[in-house]
Amino acid sequence: MVSPTFVVILVMVILPVLWAVILSFKQIRLIDLQHVNLFSGPYTVSNYTDLLGSSAFLTPLRTTVEYSVFGTMGSIVLGLAAALAVRSKFPGRGVVRGVMLLPWVAPVVAVTFVWTILLSPQLGFVDAVGTRFAGWKSPIPFLSQQHGTISLFGVGIGVPTALLVVIAFESWRSFPFAFLFILARLQAIPPELEEAARSDGATPTQVFRYIILPQLMGVIALIAVLRFIFTFNDFDSIYLLTGGGAGTQVLATQVYSFLSARADVGGAAAVATFMAALLCVILVVYMKVFGGKEEEV
Amino acid sequence: MSRRWSRYQIEVGVLRVLRPLTIAFFVLISVFPFYYMVMLAMRDISEVLQDPGALVPPLSQLSLTPFKEVLRPTSQGGDGFTHFLLNSAGLATATVIVTLAVSVLGAYAVARLQFFGRRKVSVLFLSVYLFPPVLLAIPLFVVFSRLGLRGQLPVLVIVYVAQTVPVCVYMLRNYFQTVPRSLEEAAEVDGAKRLAVIRYVTLPLAMPAVAATGLLVFMVAWNEFLFALLFLADDPSHWTVSLGLNQLKNIETPATVLMAGSVIITIPVIVLFLLSERLITEGLTQGAEKG
Repeated sequence: MVSPTFVVILVMVILPVLWAVILSFKQIRLIDLQHVNLFSGPYTVSNYTDLLGSSAFLTPLRTTVEYSVFGTMGSIVLGLAAALAVRSKFPGRGVVRGVMLLPWVAPVVAVTFVWTILLSPQLGFVDAVGTRFAGWKSPIPFLSQQHGTISLFGVGIGVPTALLVVIAFESWRSFPFAFLFILARLQAIPPELEEAARSDGATPTQVFRYIILPQLMGVIALIAVLRFIFTFNDFDSIYLLTGGGAGTQVLATQVYSFLSARADVGGAAAVATFMAALLCVILVVYMKVFGGKEEEV
Repeated sequence: MSRRWSRYQIEVGVLRVLRPLTIAFFVLISVFPFYYMVMLAMRDISEVLQDPGALVPPLSQLSLTPFKEVLRPTSQGGDGFTHFLLNSAGLATATVIVTLAVSVLGAYAVARLQFFGRRKVSVLFLSVYLFPPVLLAIPLFVVFSRLGLRGQLPVLVIVYVAQTVPVCVYMLRNYFQTVPRSLEEAAEVDGAKRLAVIRYVTLPLAMPAVAATGLLVFMVAWNEFLFALLFLADDPSHWTVSLGLNQLKNIETPATVLMAGSVIITIPVIVLFLLSERLITEGLTQGAEKG
């Protein structure tokens, strides 16, 4: 009975993955597609050796890791705060809960466009307010500025503006995901636990720190893994917000530009294969480090 | 004791203020971009350029012209969004039908039948999401280009089915497990075969849940962008809403028209989501409650 399901997965996922790995060891350009032999040799590792010394690979690699780590953290922090805030009943709670899921369900193309326009230097709301009320000397081109400076107590601090914006976007778009899972877990915590702690004189922050948070660690670890995978593999947000410019090129968008701009199928396959391999390594390490702890919770 | 008591009072007091503020903050960041989208879609671009900070434009400035512009067929000088809407609706509907057909039996087997590695199977399916979509896209792009089928909508249906089947199996399994086994056993005692049991007992009981899963698949297919970009970009008559909107942006369409397009493609998703919110969220988070 599982077989139809399995066949679809095999044909459309497993075989393509294996084949992508094969392609990554071949020199293929888009123009050659019609006559080149797609399975047999000659094989070469040059796609990989080309990558290793190249800034077209190492810079996006670093950006991908930063984007995934901070995007994941951002969505979990926001999701946790939101879940704690709407945890107990209040009038209109159902509506508030539904509304907070909007960033996650709306089409990515639509929400990236709104962000693009909100942050646009010419007609964007943010720059209009910033220059009028916050004393910005000139509008900030949020999505095309690679390095900006914010002055804090007279000291200028360099910030990767566009990268921070895409991280903020990803946190905003995926906080509902973390929110949903954390809220579901929160509502399954038996109320007696907290009541007992409170009658012993624990303050709300103590209840959170010693009662609630330990109960949530399992689900937070799960969301962290899932969000990390999705953000690491994410193509849409960055492609649609910045097109990979201004220091936001990640591996997924680099694969696309190898494929579309350079017409280099082998090179694109090598980057994508590397992504999958790196993700596996990261997950295995994560399981090794945190796997034991999770079972105790 | 008294110090402790005062800390307690301070924290409770602070939280009493902080909590509504937090809720207001999250409602604001969730709703504001959508409000801005709708508002901008109804203004004239020159007025927006003059006063980009306006949040409540005078009613006299509002009009539905950008919506008409974006929906009008290209033959009449519009952006042809009606056609994209039809493409997306057809594509998403076909994806839902095929995905459900493929997933129902698999999910039932994972939920009920005893076979080796049963628990591992759904986890295994979910590990599909580990692979970067761009990794899958390359060989699929290559093979369908070679077969000359790349721009065809049915090809994209197959790709979407493969992307949605794992989460669909996972959710359906969660729902099927809530159907009391005794009901199925009663039907079996009456002589019903396994498939008849699924058809007449399990499925009808799980129907709302199956419908919710179908709506989720519909939304995923409707929102999908990467594969549409790679497979369909060459032929405007096959563009989906997401791809069509992106192509409009590339030809320097006014922001107000882009926003009208965004509103149009967002509304169906939000309506479908509101219809099925409770079931979808329960199906997704079922495993999380146990910690």
